[in-house]
Amino acid sequence: MEQRLQELKQEALEKVQHAADLKELNDVRVAYLGKKGPITEVLKGMGKLSAEERPKMGALANEVRDQITGAIEEKQIGLEKEAVEKQLAEESIDVTLPGRPVPAGHAHPLTTVIEEIEDLFISMGYTVEEGPEVEKDYYNFEALNLPKGHPARDMQDSFYITEDVLLRTHTSPVQARTMERHAGKGPVKIICPGKVYRRDNDDATHSHQFMQIEGLVVDENIRMSDLKGTLNVFAKKMFGEDREIRLRPSFFPFTEPSVEMDISCKICGGKGCSVCKGTGWIEILGAGMVHPNVLRMAGFDPEKYTGFAFGMGPERIAMLKYGIDDIRHFYTNDDRFLKQFARKEIR
Amino acid sequence: MFVSYKWLEEYIDLTDVTPEELAEKITRSGIEVEGVEVPAEGIKNVVIGHVVSCEKHPEADKLNICQVDVGEDENVQIICGAPNVAEGQKVAVAKVGAVLPGNFKIKKAKLRGEASHGMICSLQELGVEAKLVEKKYAEGIFNFPQNAEVGADALEALMLDDAILELGLTPNRADAMSMIGVAYETGAILDRPVKLPDLSYDTVSEKAEDAIKVSVEATEENPIYLAKVVKDVKVGESPQWLKNRLVAAGIRPHNNVVDITNYILIEYGQPLHAFDLDQIKTGQIVVRLAKQGEKIKTLDEAERTLSDNHLVITNGEEPMAIAGVMGGYDSEVTDQTVNVVIESAYFAPSSVRQTSKEIGLRSEASSRFEKGVDPKRAALAAERAAQLMSLYADGKVLSGTSAAEHMDIKEKVISISLEKINRVTGTDLSEADVLDIFRRLQIEAEAKDGIITVSAPTRRGDLEIEEDLIEEVARLYGYDNIPMTLPVHETNPGGLSPRQQKRRLIRQTMEGAGLVQAVTYSLTNQQKVTEFALEVKTPVELMMPMSEERSQLRQSIIPQLLESVSYNSARQKDSSAFYETGSVFLSEGGELPNEEEHLAGALTGLWQLHPWQGEKKPVDFYVAKGILDTLWEKLGVTEDIRYEAAKMDQLHPGRTAAVIYKGQPIGIVGQVHPVKAKELDLKETYVFEIKLEAIYQEESAPLKYNAIPRYPSISRDIALVTDRDVAAGTIESVIKQAGGTLLKQVQLFDLYQGDKMEEGKKSLAFSLTYMDPERTLTDEEVVKAHTKVLEAVKQETGAELRS
Repeated sequence: MEQRLQELKQEALEKVQHAADLKELNDVRVAYLGKKGPITEVLKGMGKLSAEERPKMGALANEVRDQITGAIEEKQIGLEKEAVEKQLAEESIDVTLPGRPVPAGHAHPLTTVIEEIEDLFISMGYTVEEGPEVEKDYYNFEALNLPKGHPARDMQDSFYITEDVLLRTHTSPVQARTMERHAGKGPVKIICPGKVYRRDNDDATHSHQFMQIEGLVVDENIRMSDLKGTLNVFAKKMFGEDREIRLRPSFFPFTEPSVEMDISCKICGGKGCSVCKGTGWIEILGAGMVHPNVLRMAGFDPEKYTGFAFGMGPERIAMLKYGIDDIRHFYTNDDRFLKQFARKEIR
Repeated sequence: MFVSYKWLEEYIDLTDVTPEELAEKITRSGIEVEGVEVPAEGIKNVVIGHVVSCEKHPEADKLNICQVDVGEDENVQIICGAPNVAEGQKVAVAKVGAVLPGNFKIKKAKLRGEASHGMICSLQELGVEAKLVEKKYAEGIFNFPQNAEVGADALEALMLDDAILELGLTPNRADAMSMIGVAYETGAILDRPVKLPDLSYDTVSEKAEDAIKVSVEATEENPIYLAKVVKDVKVGESPQWLKNRLVAAGIRPHNNVVDITNYILIEYGQPLHAFDLDQIKTGQIVVRLAKQGEKIKTLDEAERTLSDNHLVITNGEEPMAIAGVMGGYDSEVTDQTVNVVIESAYFAPSSVRQTSKEIGLRSEASSRFEKGVDPKRAALAAERAAQLMSLYADGKVLSGTSAAEHMDIKEKVISISLEKINRVTGTDLSEADVLDIFRRLQIEAEAKDGIITVSAPTRRGDLEIEEDLIEEVARLYGYDNIPMTLPVHETNPGGLSPRQQKRRLIRQTMEGAGLVQAVTYSLTNQQKVTEFALEVKTPVELMMPMSEERSQLRQSIIPQLLESVSYNSARQKDSSAFYETGSVFLSEGGELPNEEEHLAGALTGLWQLHPWQGEKKPVDFYVAKGILDTLWEKLGVTEDIRYEAAKMDQLHPGRTAAVIYKGQPIGIVGQVHPVKAKELDLKETYVFEIKLEAIYQEESAPLKYNAIPRYPSISRDIALVTDRDVAAGTIESVIKQAGGTLLKQVQLFDLYQGDKMEEGKKSLAFSLTYMDPERTLTDEEVVKAHTKVLEAVKQETGAELRS
């Protein structure tokens, strides 16, 4: 009996060893360890054994059973691993094939510039004001100290719709309207972005339609140094911390004193190059202290209130920031242009 | 305004200040210098030569063989082709080794067998603009005066080694439209004194008043009219220095009489006019308004018709000049002129501006008068003109001035407190600092008890109010010296309004959905202006458009977007997806049109493309609609939106829906009509346009959390057979209504209208989800609700369960 058990063990272990897959292995298990298997069969003859041999044989049978079970388990782990590996090998793909594109749009570069400026000034306590693009002559010119027949009106050849209505030539009428709404009471602290129109032929540097952003702060004790400090913050945030600003005297009918702001040229670091036309400085915007006539016309007492205003062109800023050479690109919506601005510049 | 550095040195000491430094200083403290140019830059080795002999070249008709003394031991032989070269002339000679503009190097040469050692130059060859070369020398070489020194530097003699500063003058700085004005400005910047011209000269005993009578009828338009009379002038060439200065200022020399008036125009900023006295037969000058329709032939030989608001200078009968704008042809100074009347006047700026504009004639004179000249200069300029005529035209100046003066010239007195100067600028200047700045400007000022009182000189017409004084102080103190601060005040928090936040949300949603933002023009043409418009109004038209293409204000954004789509498809970009938000302009009869903000989109080509996995999804109606549905979700208005089949001329009649918000139509979505698409060279293209106002107006609903349901939901799928023309949306809303509160979601998951269906029928499959957040639903409850749904659907739409 002992011999028979040893033979069965040997036989079974060999079959386990040779099992090619999990099914074969299971067949081995059923064949040797099942209720109708040979070991059970052998143990049925235990009754014929002596009381001394019986526990010995029982222990041996258990040992054989355990050994076979252990071998099957071990083999099973091996076969399972093999099967997984086989499946994984079959499932492997070329990871360099292109991914599935997800439709993704993006903003127009002018919007990007405008929103960046809006957000900067919002962080300094400004609100964003808007107004009509078709405007009354009064708000576009007269309320801004540009009475009919004023020589500076030559500077702004305009699209008129009637004698008294025109496409606004700047976003300053929004300032006039907002001040009027405040009815002589400060503070006014606003930024006004929007489309404006001038009677220009479209070419690389002119567009009959373009964007403008103006800012206005009116309150008691607003100083020219506040204008300079504000513009300095703007220039550094917009163009880089290493930029310097300078103010130059200029003339606008709605401000006095009036200035133009230059920033130091990034390309040459102020030494002079073709971008800054050898001066080391690039003109960015016009600004000044709000003219007392403008304050007065909007119902503010110029003895009590002072203010500053500034205005800039997002096209010009985008052209300088990104090196764009033709203003018309902003309005043709050529995909080859627009898609270059799909990515966001994080500074 | 072109400012000659050398000429400026006549009025102010410029030692130790290079032209570039001067330009930088002027730019920083007042006037933008747009450029500094040295005409002779890149030119060298050009000297004054004396043509000792000049003979015809034996082999060439048009060439001359000249022996020229250039101040060296031996004369040089130069072959010259200029028609006006002649023996005895003093000329500009580019010697061998010279360099002319364009890096043109002069070498030894042989012309038709004769050696040539240099070149006799025209002014153009020395880089002078052709329009500045006096007519006499326009077609040939230039001649120096006979007293020119042989061998001297010709560039220096022509003042081409000068530096010219180009000033970009803003309209308020008319005071700097003259050399003396620029000298005052420079003096203030450098803190150096200004030296004005000496005005002394000899006169004869005959009186100007006896030679010409002056009277002014229109005293408001012409407050000051002065006439000087110079007799026995010799019209000829001006001295070289005077010609040089005119060329530097951008004026072509003419003859000494005309040149002198032009010289004073630049020196004093006072336009003068010279008449031939002998052509004024009446012996009098009368300044009056023109008669309506009166005619005059001006200097440029054009006949001009005048109106009764134009000021004219007459001889008492006929106009001789348009005041301040241009002289008349008949009374012009010619080579034969012997006796000259010099007009120096102050014309009212508005009068000259109006006349110049209406006649369409702008001149150096009118551009100065219309900005306002210094009324005090009229007299000074008249004296200066008389002096120069006596010196350089051999004239005899009659004593006195024939004048008509109706103006009390006063300096404007302006006061400002020191406190205000410091408060507005943010500086901490003392009285002495401020007074010193006005001293530098040569403006009288005094301080008393913190108040600065300034007498603004008439030459500075731009100084009118306190703020003008603040600007003078600030710019000369230096904007660089003003500190940088930020406003210190009580302020409101900044931020975007709900409308602006919604606009940004719309933008982000459109971009998240795959659309690219476009910006297009508001102006369009007559045809496009009403196309695709949600509401058609009378177009808002420009009075004077630049072109028909941009003459009217858009009523829809779609035509502009389609233009962008077709622009790109013409450049091999077959798929586009654009959106834009912007104004459309609808005239409602008020003074200003109604500006409505719209959102529009245009999509064409493929929506998704992933070729190697075989995915290729063209844009269709449902792509466009799905984008809008995403927007409604983001805005939280999905429940208020529905779509209805609709029609619009430019859209496909079977593929267009109106978008209804709270029962009001707010937009459309649909396919561009194939006929229209063909006209625009477009493939299948879908568009939408939405009026945003109603959505902007509606307050955004508060966002509130609903507890996550603890009980399971039960789903039931149904397939319904219905007539094809019953809209899925109709069935869906019937289901929703009948389902009651237990029905949480209805989703259409299949549409079948293939050949297994009866003719004219279709099958719609919906998945219905029932749930009660408070408890687990029983099967019976669901069956009850579901049965109700099926009955309602059958009753209201005729749809039946598919068997």
